[in-house]
Amino acid sequence: MNTQATRRRGGLLRFLIGLVVLVVLAWLLTLVYRGGGGDPSATAPAPSPDLIKQGEYLAQLGDCAACHTAPGGKPFAGGLAIASPVGTIYSTNITPDPDTGIGHYTYGEFERAVRRGINASGHTLYPAMPYPSFAKVSDQDIQALYAYVMHGVTPVQQKNHAEGIVWPLSMRWPLTYWRWLFAPKVTPVQTPATGDAALARGQYLVEGLGHCGACHTPRAFTLQEKALGPNDGSAYLSGGESDNWVAPSLRGELASGLGNVAEEELAALLRAGRTDRSAVFGGMTDVVEHSTQYMSDEDLAAIAHFLKSLPPAREETALTYDAATYTALKGGDVAKTGAQLYVDNCATCHRTDGHGYNQVYPALAGNPVLNGDNPASVIRLVLHGGTMPTGRGAPTQFSMPAFRDRLSDEQIAELLTFVRSSWGNKGSTVSAQQVNPLRELPPAGQPTMTSYDPRAQQ
Amino acid sequence: MTTTKKPVDVVIVGFGWTGAIMAMELSQTGLNILALERGAYQDTSPDWSYPNIADELAYGIRGKLFQPLARETVTVRHAINDTAVPYRQYGSFLFGNNVGGAGTHWNGQHYRPSPEDLEFHTHISKRYGEQFMPQDMQIQDYGVAYDELEPFLEQFEYTCGTSGRAGNLSGEIRQGGNPFEGPRKKDYPNPPLSDTYGAQLFADAARAVGYHPFPQPSSNASRPYTNPYGARLGPCNFCGYCERFGCFMYAKASPQTTILPVLMRKSNFALRTNSHVIKINLDSSGKRATGVTYIDAQGQQIEQPADLVIVSAFQMHNVRLMLLSGIGKPYDPATGKGVIGKNYAYQMMSSIGVFFDQDVTINPFIGAGAGGFQIVDDFNSDHFDHTTHGFVGGAYIYAGQTGGRPLQQLIVPPGTPSWGAGWKKAAKESYLHATSVSTHGSVMAYRDRYLDLDPTYKDAFGLPLLRITFDWHDNEYKMSQFVTERAQEIVKQMKPKATSVTLRKPGDHYDIRQYQTTHTTGGVIQGTSPETSALNRFQQNWDVHNVFVTGASAFPQNLGYNPTGTIGGLTYWSVKAIRDTYLKHPGPLVQA
Repeated sequence: MNTQATRRRGGLLRFLIGLVVLVVLAWLLTLVYRGGGGDPSATAPAPSPDLIKQGEYLAQLGDCAACHTAPGGKPFAGGLAIASPVGTIYSTNITPDPDTGIGHYTYGEFERAVRRGINASGHTLYPAMPYPSFAKVSDQDIQALYAYVMHGVTPVQQKNHAEGIVWPLSMRWPLTYWRWLFAPKVTPVQTPATGDAALARGQYLVEGLGHCGACHTPRAFTLQEKALGPNDGSAYLSGGESDNWVAPSLRGELASGLGNVAEEELAALLRAGRTDRSAVFGGMTDVVEHSTQYMSDEDLAAIAHFLKSLPPAREETALTYDAATYTALKGGDVAKTGAQLYVDNCATCHRTDGHGYNQVYPALAGNPVLNGDNPASVIRLVLHGGTMPTGRGAPTQFSMPAFRDRLSDEQIAELLTFVRSSWGNKGSTVSAQQVNPLRELPPAGQPTMTSYDPRAQQ
Repeated sequence: MTTTKKPVDVVIVGFGWTGAIMAMELSQTGLNILALERGAYQDTSPDWSYPNIADELAYGIRGKLFQPLARETVTVRHAINDTAVPYRQYGSFLFGNNVGGAGTHWNGQHYRPSPEDLEFHTHISKRYGEQFMPQDMQIQDYGVAYDELEPFLEQFEYTCGTSGRAGNLSGEIRQGGNPFEGPRKKDYPNPPLSDTYGAQLFADAARAVGYHPFPQPSSNASRPYTNPYGARLGPCNFCGYCERFGCFMYAKASPQTTILPVLMRKSNFALRTNSHVIKINLDSSGKRATGVTYIDAQGQQIEQPADLVIVSAFQMHNVRLMLLSGIGKPYDPATGKGVIGKNYAYQMMSSIGVFFDQDVTINPFIGAGAGGFQIVDDFNSDHFDHTTHGFVGGAYIYAGQTGGRPLQQLIVPPGTPSWGAGWKKAAKESYLHATSVSTHGSVMAYRDRYLDLDPTYKDAFGLPLLRITFDWHDNEYKMSQFVTERAQEIVKQMKPKATSVTLRKPGDHYDIRQYQTTHTTGGVIQGTSPETSALNRFQQNWDVHNVFVTGASAFPQNLGYNPTGTIGGLTYWSVKAIRDTYLKHPGPLVQA
């Protein structure tokens, strides 16, 4: 007989048993020692109407509804599908319904969920819930949020959607290790009494409730954000990816970051979703529609002020407008690859001079989104179209059509290479291979419909 | 079986321009507003996206934005003793369909009425004497004077972002505008669009002849514009796909571009599409409406109770709904009594094809629905002395181009074969070198021109169709002949190689197959007395005070102008009266 094989099988068996024992021990440890701090039994006094109102504002700052509301669903009742590396997870019902929502949560349980990522039954939340950011939110603000969620939100009876993750990845206890390793200590950012109050307020909002880093900070292989604040290094807000969108750098890079964007312009972009030369799109659409448009002018200014204080993570040269493209196109010269495609498909709105029309069609010349390394967002936009959010004082939602049925991968690559290298833009070339995988990506929601279109809600 | 819905404060029947204005203005009072639209929802995106909207076959020829005539149409006859037959294919006029109605596929030609137009009977009688009008002509006053209406005409222009140049600013006549217009308090919200080349040639020639050309007021925005509601429009880019199309540039004013971005978010406003209203319901006294009955997408009858009913469908549909509901006395041409269906009117057009040599390049594909045109208004309304001409009314003369689309907008010189190699050669040679000059004229109201329910033909639900009884009268032949001669003087000055004239002459019957305008008017007219009009000056029904009827059905006779500017102004005027007076004290706003 083949004793060698038997021995090998025996070794494998011993290894597997050992592994199972280790896994069980690891699991038992998460049951015995849950950690995380906080006091689940802590209670809150009866809230005042002012506190509930403040909580409503904070819930908007934190954009809670964006994830905790399904398209066309009841506010805060959960059910939004979120793609994660292990499978689809669904946001939960955080209305005060006692059976299906969080109506039975004590203040302490609520605090632990929001700032520490532990739900009432002791399980660790998926880090799609940005509790590493919320760890910096002040006690007062958590209290106000609790008051609002418990007393200002309409209870909705709606069972949470089962996660779309297959075993063994569906086991939650390994998340506890993730939390132990990567979640920061709960240390609310303190607003100093002296110094640059706007800077401090901006930092508090950006790091904490705003959780800007969740998308705009690059993540490590183990999925934690590489930096949770400016003191963790220049990776903070230096650009990330989320849900297949490229979230550009919010630091001072001159071409691909905010180096060329004034504070007022940045505040206007967050308030209205558009400015004279740009507009938000992709994942940021919901953020403006559900969160930043409701921010006070002071908070918007503070956020812009803080972001503009972040030095560039990469040295880049400033972009200067180059009129050569305009001169060529105006004179009928479409010799440059992609130029004819641009004239036929894009120029009517974005114009041959690349400046677009203010507050209507974004400028392409000097647009940071076209000057970053990763063209994925713009490819998606050209393929599947996009619609501006509604913003404060800007109810009209302009749409860009989807070109997937009209342009081939090669054409889109040529077109975007042209756009990323014209009018002084310095983006890299785009290949058909970069376009193709995004073509098959189902567009999220109804990218070419307004948010008030009754058909978008069906 | 009829299902009854929860009552609302206001129900709006038809969700086009006037329905949207009414809903927007009334929603600001906090009342619960429900709009019922027989068609589907539609918006700039994704429905009219570039390049899909630029499909002349789908939209221009097959009428994708129009009401399907197989479900409901009108019947037409020329005279009282004729038998009417159904209008089975689009020709003379186009019914809008779906949310936004005809406000989505119009051109954006945005005029105010001349002051005398609103008091036409009084004005003509005073200037020329009662005898100047033929016996059977029954023109009337609107019951509202220009000065009263002026702020509301302005309000609609600012909603639309109309582009133009004032010709009369508070009485001061301004160079380059229309010197014949009534005084306006404010200039247009946007400057005029640039002239197309054909319009330039026309304007130069018109000035040389001694007339007063000006850029056509256009609700195609000449630049990005934010209206008082906060909605923003894009700029017109002269794409050439305007009338019969939705605007992909967000530049043509429509309910979608100017009102819906704000209205649709209001929690006290609801829109139900695929809801076809068949009747306004009355209480047992017959003096108060209790709501409406409609048929939903599943074919079920739904009763919708409401305190106030706004009838804001297209002109023809308003008339039909009033007749089907038994509100107001139907008009009888034999006696001239009755008001519903009375004074149906249309417009009369003429056009001159202008063909140049190869040295004049027109580029017809650079076109906007309204912008880029030049207008001569010297012979419209009562802008000139009619004494020796023997007709009332008039027309404006216009030149420019809405586009150079191959199927519908290609003109060939006179004498060209209508098909084959000869036609192709002429089409090729003239495409870049031809333009047109046209006249856009008024039609008066007559005793024998009216609307009623057809005794034979029924719609898909088994309800009788509306019947049109209409043909031209001598007054209009004379008017058209006179103004077309003036247009020919200008054209002669343009020094073309050849011209072709389309003019309706005595003996020519109204031809339902030829497109002229979609400006059908009358049938539920407003006026000063319940004996002669269906509505009072605030567009409130004389008999049933909680029914208001908006739109061109209220015009006592037709204007030489495009009606939309007047319609919008009258709607704002009416809704102001509802808000300020009616809602506080529901009842007749004018004592009969």
